[in-house]
Amino acid sequence: MKSRCPICGREALLPDDVMPGEVIEHDCGVTLEVVIDGSRALLKPLEIGEDWGE
Amino acid sequence: MDIALVYDIARWEERAILEAARKRSISVDLLHLETQPLTVNGKPPVEADVYLQRCLSYANALSSTIALESTDLRVVNNSRAIAVAHDKLWTLALLSKAGIPTPRTVIAFSESSTMKAAGTLGYPVVVKPINGSWGRLVSLAEDEETLRVILEHRVYMNNPFLKIHLLQEFVRKPGRDIRVFVVGDEVPVAIYRVSDHWVTNTARGGRAQPAPIDGELRELSLKTAETLGVEIAGLDVFEDPERGYLVNEVNAAPDFRNTVAVTGYDLPGRIVEYLASTTRR
Repeated sequence: MKSRCPICGREALLPDDVMPGEVIEHDCGVTLEVVIDGSRALLKPLEIGEDWGE
Repeated sequence: MDIALVYDIARWEERAILEAARKRSISVDLLHLETQPLTVNGKPPVEADVYLQRCLSYANALSSTIALESTDLRVVNNSRAIAVAHDKLWTLALLSKAGIPTPRTVIAFSESSTMKAAGTLGYPVVVKPINGSWGRLVSLAEDEETLRVILEHRVYMNNPFLKIHLLQEFVRKPGRDIRVFVVGDEVPVAIYRVSDHWVTNTARGGRAQPAPIDGELRELSLKTAETLGVEIAGLDVFEDPERGYLVNEVNAAPDFRNTVAVTGYDLPGRIVEYLASTTRR
């Protein structure tokens, strides 16, 4: 599956079974989160929440 | 036997759990909270025998677990265990009451009482909020002046929980602490988190190395898990030169990427097998 990095605009390759909410490290160094929209996988920059943790 | 993975963000750990289940022909359904609402005491969007709670957000973890439990669904860890583990004070209070060794701890509710408590505890003193993770806002005050500066910063934070100061003695660790994993009634793997810095969290740059598990550490870990009611957990344990093991914190949805990398132990597989075994009972 292919998508596009919203920061650098280049193509991003995703696993065929990509999960909604999955974290992807793009080649340009940005950490992205997968958003599934119907049959499309979109990418958005990962925003870390203040209550995130183990 | 179906497992549902309850999550908000899927990282290496969640992908590894999914792969481990597939290898064992165990079905895993995804319950992604951003896209699937939960009805209180209603049919869940994904039906499973057991729900593995893996949310990164504490708010999401606790709320979704409570909602699922309203329908008598089995969630691991359960809502009480999640709440207790997230709250450092609650954790330390229960462990201490159960006779489990922990670092000496005081909580204080104002600048003046914090300064007074630190004087009693002795410098250097560790200052942290009663909740939080990955070592955030954990500070070391070498003296009164440093402590005063830390407290002044907290005054300008809106969250009232950040204005309750948890003070701990500075344990003279041997340049490392231990992360021990508990899965059910087993203690399958542990790592040292080694750092030149006094904060050893791997999220803060601590290096992972395999660690042995002796009988005392195993027993202490199982008693800790039982006391807090956690079924799957990562425990942070200090080695004090005089008192031996001290349990400092417990994590209810632990990170384990570094543990798998340095030990080669199939922790996601063990978690999946544990969940499968408990639903067959």
